[in-house]
Amino acid sequence: MDQALKELSEDLRLRLEGAVIEARISLGELILEVQRDEIQRVMQTLRDDANCLFRHLIDICGVDYPDESPRFEIVYNLLSLTHNTRIRVKLRTDEDMAVPSIASIYSAADWFEREVWDMYGVFFSDHPDLRRILTDYGFEGHPLRKDFPLTGYVELRYDDEQKRVVYEPVKLTQEFRTFDFTSPWEGMERVVLPGDEKAEAPEEDDAVDKAGAG
Amino acid sequence: MAETQIKNFNLNFGPQHPAAHGVLRLVLEMDGEVIERADPHIGLLHRGTEKLIEYKTYAQAVPYFDRLDYVAPQNQEHAFVLAAEKLLGIEVPKRGQYVRVLYCEIGRILNHILNITAFAMDVGAMTPMLWGFEVRERLMEFCEAASGARLHMNYFRVGGVAQDLPPRLLEDIDKWAKEEFPPFMDDLESLLTENRIFKQRTVDIGVINADQCCDWGFTGPNLRASGVPWDLRKAQPYDAYAEMDFDIPIGKHGDCYDRYLVRMIEMRESLKIIQQCLDNMPDGPIKSENKKVSPPTRGEMKESMEALIHHFKLFTEGFHVPAGETYTAVEAPKGEFGVYLVADGSNRPYRCKIRAPGYAHLQATEFLSKGHMLADICANIGSVDVVFGEIDR
Repeated sequence: MDQALKELSEDLRLRLEGAVIEARISLGELILEVQRDEIQRVMQTLRDDANCLFRHLIDICGVDYPDESPRFEIVYNLLSLTHNTRIRVKLRTDEDMAVPSIASIYSAADWFEREVWDMYGVFFSDHPDLRRILTDYGFEGHPLRKDFPLTGYVELRYDDEQKRVVYEPVKLTQEFRTFDFTSPWEGMERVVLPGDEKAEAPEEDDAVDKAGAG
Repeated sequence: MAETQIKNFNLNFGPQHPAAHGVLRLVLEMDGEVIERADPHIGLLHRGTEKLIEYKTYAQAVPYFDRLDYVAPQNQEHAFVLAAEKLLGIEVPKRGQYVRVLYCEIGRILNHILNITAFAMDVGAMTPMLWGFEVRERLMEFCEAASGARLHMNYFRVGGVAQDLPPRLLEDIDKWAKEEFPPFMDDLESLLTENRIFKQRTVDIGVINADQCCDWGFTGPNLRASGVPWDLRKAQPYDAYAEMDFDIPIGKHGDCYDRYLVRMIEMRESLKIIQQCLDNMPDGPIKSENKKVSPPTRGEMKESMEALIHHFKLFTEGFHVPAGETYTAVEAPKGEFGVYLVADGSNRPYRCKIRAPGYAHLQATEFLSKGHMLADICANIGSVDVVFGEIDR
């Protein structure tokens, strides 16, 4: 299995010269990082090439890395029934850079791209119908971004006087709690606790003491 | 007489409609009785599961998977725990694998009974629904016996299952599989398979061929009904499926009737797998012995300080999963259910994308229904098997 994946990744690297940034295998899964503007050519090749035949677009999803630039990663999961293989194609983008849509290559891409647009605000150029899909009509913001709060900004309730549902800013009766579980015991080497800055000096004294005692 | 311009008629199907299998708003453009355009509006049941999981530990994420496809919760849990196990690199003991396979197949039967009978009701047959629910109740009793919950089991754990099966449960399931269930299957089949009205409503409705299935991302029974012998349990076996002997039924025409038939036969195949699990159920632990992942038993905690510490750490902080990413998929009753899990080395998933089969299937509603009559859209939606818990997430 791994051997076949290696050959496939070498093959793709050559065939998609200029489009592939990196091809690697991790945990037995083939990952292909590609240039954003080349995604249509990559997908076309992956779908139609006899060595690939990734006819199934399983999934498109986004991942947000706010500290990196460009911050969003778009991940395409493909499946080939003929060769019983999977491949993962990734590219990077941010709020301003549009990703070429692959809805003309895979019909299934339509809703998946709408979902990424809805959740992350990544724009897909040439998409036939890029509307929000999962959030409410008139929703603002992109909820799966890491800087979007878990509780959201607005909450919904039925107003008996107006006889309709109304949006109001979120009111929390208890402050939202999130805990940092980085264990202080495991991270000790790097942390300098108050008073520890003097720890180096007495060590020499100790050494002298020990020598004296010996 | 002057020619009159006839405008197409827009029809709102749902959001509350008994044949929509949940909250689906379907905006239909009708030319008389014929569907010109169908635009499903989904997301009415969106709960932000993926966002919530990013704020929970790995163990706390499992119950969210029950609430996706609430008809067959076991299979969803399975996908998530397999993904986490892959990142952690832990092995599940044989008995744990068998129990998981057993309950996954129970989940598959739960799902197919509900789908077939609800589908039959959509096209006019009332009785199967009433009979089917009685049988589902029996299966849920087995779920309750193992986990304490009828519906949302929360039974699978990273490294195995939560607790061992109670004594005599296996005999009960065995009795059910041998004596109770096969007669029900025969009854159900006698009600539907050769039923004239049922066939009139389903044969040659919503036809999709193998190529179109690939294009639209179809998986599971819907793909197999179009004649593609593809099943992840065979193609990429996980847990104990490699040791099971079962067949994959495929259809020929890819219409609503074939999708029904495939599910019907799949239930019989599931029964075969359940029987093999019962006959060959190995002894031994039901979850991984790795103390950093599996919590200790109550008894151990009374005896050992180490066990107490592990218990405390696992239930407050949870375990840390090494950085990495994986896409792991299982053959859920509705199709390929996958979890794309990105771990950053902390105790919470960095990103957990849920790939629901129904999402791709519902997307093809317009393709399946275009040019059909209004009444056929119920048959189409019923036969592709959608549940909004997993589509809206």
